[in-house]
Amino acid sequence: MKSLRRGILLDIEVGEGHTLLCYWAVVNVESTLDRNRRIPVSIERTGMTQQQAGLNPETVLKEFKDNGVTHVVWLPDSETNWLYQLMTADPELTLIPVSREGQAISTAAGLVVGGKKPVVLIQNTGMMESGDSIRGWGLSLNTPLVLMIGYRGWTRHGVNRPYDVAKFTEPFLHTLGINYYLIENDDDASRISVAFKESEENMRPVAVLVGDEFHGFIR
Amino acid sequence: MFAAADMLEMFQRYRGNALVIPGRGSRHWNGISKIHERDIPLGDPAMGGHASFAFGLAEARPDEKVVLFDSEGDLLMNLGVLATIADLKPKNFYHFLMDNESYATTGGQPVPNATNISYSGMAREAGYPSTYFYDNLEDLAGDMEGILNEPGPVFVHMKIAPEIENLPIAMRVRWQTRTLDEVLRDVKAALG
Repeated sequence: MKSLRRGILLDIEVGEGHTLLCYWAVVNVESTLDRNRRIPVSIERTGMTQQQAGLNPETVLKEFKDNGVTHVVWLPDSETNWLYQLMTADPELTLIPVSREGQAISTAAGLVVGGKKPVVLIQNTGMMESGDSIRGWGLSLNTPLVLMIGYRGWTRHGVNRPYDVAKFTEPFLHTLGINYYLIENDDDASRISVAFKESEENMRPVAVLVGDEFHGFIR
Repeated sequence: MFAAADMLEMFQRYRGNALVIPGRGSRHWNGISKIHERDIPLGDPAMGGHASFAFGLAEARPDEKVVLFDSEGDLLMNLGVLATIADLKPKNFYHFLMDNESYATTGGQPVPNATNISYSGMAREAGYPSTYFYDNLEDLAGDMEGILNEPGPVFVHMKIAPEIENLPIAMRVRWQTRTLDEVLRDVKAALG
């Protein structure tokens, strides 16, 4: 067995679900040297790591389009406002503005019964305000629906003030039995498709928490 | 004021093929309607959502006439829906409001400012292109056909005689003949 250090160009096969975070690393490989073989490696992070930049609105819009979204029922918030200009410019999307977030759920339920595919785009504060609407129009009507929720106050489970809405967001979803996915950057965006598929298979709402407050928002 | 049952009997003559969300009128409409698969008696999934649900359906199916029998208590919980409806202006949406000035199903307590609110005025100022107010059935009967032939959204504020319920919920007569799942299954099949 031979340990390899610098000087060897490797095809690095990263396990499914893992993201290559390191810009440089010392790679310890114990293997028979074979330049033509793809070999699985464990990457030992020894250098600085940096999360990839945030979530781009084009990425999210593509996910909507790829999943056949017809309507966006929404109320602007600080996490998802960057989508607005793209959505309004898209002739295949109809935007329905609501005055309070509970209205979004019942509106979306009507759209679904009529055969359309809406997505609800609201902030976590409004999600909690719409609790009974989610229960009644979302859950009791078995409405397949993705809730894109701006995760105001998201600190990656860091330090929050006791009354920050972020402290209540996930427990709220747990209480309603609504599964959710977190997206923070473009690499996470495919979870939106997962949410759509799951909502349709299970005929119930699924949430996508958007944990990217300011990256790339100001345009 | 006039009786909801009488109003719905009259409406049935002009219903055509419209999708009907009967709201609190469901207890009467179930026995009056002749096209149950195009009726959507939802009961009360969550208060305040009937108008937005009916609006969503109208938006989804611009080829279908959608008629909602709303209640003032429900609408008051979600007044902002008037702005959304007036903004999108679905031409196929007919928003009838049964205003009995009370929360009839909880014993008849008055809604806030029960006798003084002009809901048709609210709808008009929110931007509905066509609004009406009726406190007698004869005038409404004379206008119903024309109302349903106008392009929507149309808002019709009706003063309806309250039917107060004081029995505990478990002792009330159940008017539903289908489950929610069956109602939605039937209407989706009817819509194709």
